Amino acid sequence: MKANSSVANIRAIAKRELSSYFTSPVAYVFLVIFLLLAGFFTFTVGSFFERGEASLSAFFAWHPWIYLVLVPAVGMRVWSEERRSGTMELLLTMPVNAWEAILAKFLASWAFLAIALALTFPIAITVNVLGDPDNGMIAAGYVGSFLLSGAYLAITCMTSALTRNQVIAFILSVVLCLFLILAGFNPVTDMMTRWANPALVEIVAAFSVITHFDGFQKGVIDTRDLFFFLSVIGFALFATSVIIRNHRAG
Amino acid sequence: MIRIENLTKSFGLKKAVDDLSFSVERGEVLGFLGPNGAGKSTTMRMITGFLPPTAGRISVGGHDVVEDALAAKRLMGYLPENAASYPDMSVEGFLGFAAELRGLNGDAKKKAVHRVVDLCFLGSVLHQQIDTLSKGYRHRTCLAQSLIHDPEVLIMDEPTDGLDPNQKHEVRNLIREMGKTKAVIFSTHILEEVGAACTRAIIIDRGRMVANGTPEELRNMSELAGAVTIAAQNADAAKLSALPEALRVEAIDGALRVYPKDKSASVALARSVMDLAGREGWRVDALRTEEGQLDEVFRRITLPDTVKK
Repeated sequence: MKANSSVANIRAIAKRELSSYFTSPVAYVFLVIFLLLAGFFTFTVGSFFERGEASLSAFFAWHPWIYLVLVPAVGMRVWSEERRSGTMELLLTMPVNAWEAILAKFLASWAFLAIALALTFPIAITVNVLGDPDNGMIAAGYVGSFLLSGAYLAITCMTSALTRNQVIAFILSVVLCLFLILAGFNPVTDMMTRWANPALVEIVAAFSVITHFDGFQKGVIDTRDLFFFLSVIGFALFATSVIIRNHRAG
Repeated sequence: MIRIENLTKSFGLKKAVDDLSFSVERGEVLGFLGPNGAGKSTTMRMITGFLPPTAGRISVGGHDVVEDALAAKRLMGYLPENAASYPDMSVEGFLGFAAELRGLNGDAKKKAVHRVVDLCFLGSVLHQQIDTLSKGYRHRTCLAQSLIHDPEVLIMDEPTDGLDPNQKHEVRNLIREMGKTKAVIFSTHILEEVGAACTRAIIIDRGRMVANGTPEELRNMSELAGAVTIAAQNADAAKLSALPEALRVEAIDGALRVYPKDKSASVALARSVMDLAGREGWRVDALRTEEGQLDEVFRRITLPDTVKK
């Protein structure tokens, strides 16, 4: 029997994980809700038509908020379900490294979110039909949005590894992600500058996804922003592996 | 194949497994007995590399389970407690997934899936989703998963739990068959399984090993082993207890049971009892030599002292 490479293990686990989304109706419900919300916020709340702008800023601006609820809903089951049903024991006694399983499960869920995001393509077509937008800016927006969902998802994986209860995992990750939004949300930073040192406010804001998502919306792919999102993902997945190891160590 | 030395596992202050040492060779089926909470599952989880031990060493096929985890895991098939599987997958999909993680692809994967499907009688539910299956089928699906790569070492946590008597019988036969060429450890608290499937059994209690031997040796630890029971109309207890081989005599619903001084000399005792009955002209309805009973042994060595009579 030949030994599996990490890539083969990751592919096998990710394939199983991704297909498990589509065997239940939940995935389709999620996709529909995501598309409805994205449309609703863009056209109604974001007054897409009234702006008279050939850009998708009304679309991307809402993503941190839409993802706040929807990404934890996608990711909450990733580890807690394995813990609850006991399949975690099965998975981790296979000749598989824990990090391979963690990465595979994250990538599968991220791919699912990418599918959801890709299905918003009619809005990019709409804006191209109606006007003459900067498509580079739109592409950057999509990259930023994808990274943003990855950061939320990695945090959800982490909270999901903490508990066998999906609801707890959901609530914890919403709270953590909300914190990452609010640290750089203008109304909050404005309030903070009134009693705190502006340098401190800036440091806090540097931890916010909003601060780093802004650049992408403006069409700029800054390596610092890229680094921020990738390091949030890396850190959260590393924390997941520590949590899983501690859980096993008892 | 499996070598366990001074294995200890603590959860906080509680020692779940306390200084356990034993080994299992190829061709052996080791029955792992003990009351609930004795540390059976914890031990198996450590052998399969799911839980790291607090102290001690485990090696499987010469590979240390902690240091060389992947090599050790490759040799093992594991049926976890409650036979967990992914409820949203089909039987075929689930077995295919297990095969892929075991490094089997393409034709080899197909062949392996077919083999275990036949072995575990899953042909009729191959395309069914696992959560629509009855418990017996779900259990056998997970069992099939543990056999998919024809492992040299098989670890099974309560493999017959929740099965009906026919299925239990099939699984025991399967275990016995596997035991001819593999090293097998299985836990159970059904004592009849020990005689039916094991070549050796270990009893653990509160994390410690309290007995280790063949089913025969364990049975002989029973008080009852070697006793001769005689049902005769005018039997005389005093004359029976006067026999040189007899330790004591007990009256049991109309019959008399003679316990031997020396358990290995039960044949001599039986002969003396028969001779005595012949000399005295008792009308014997039945006479039998008792076998030791495992449940009595089990109870005696795993009950706390205060409960023992």
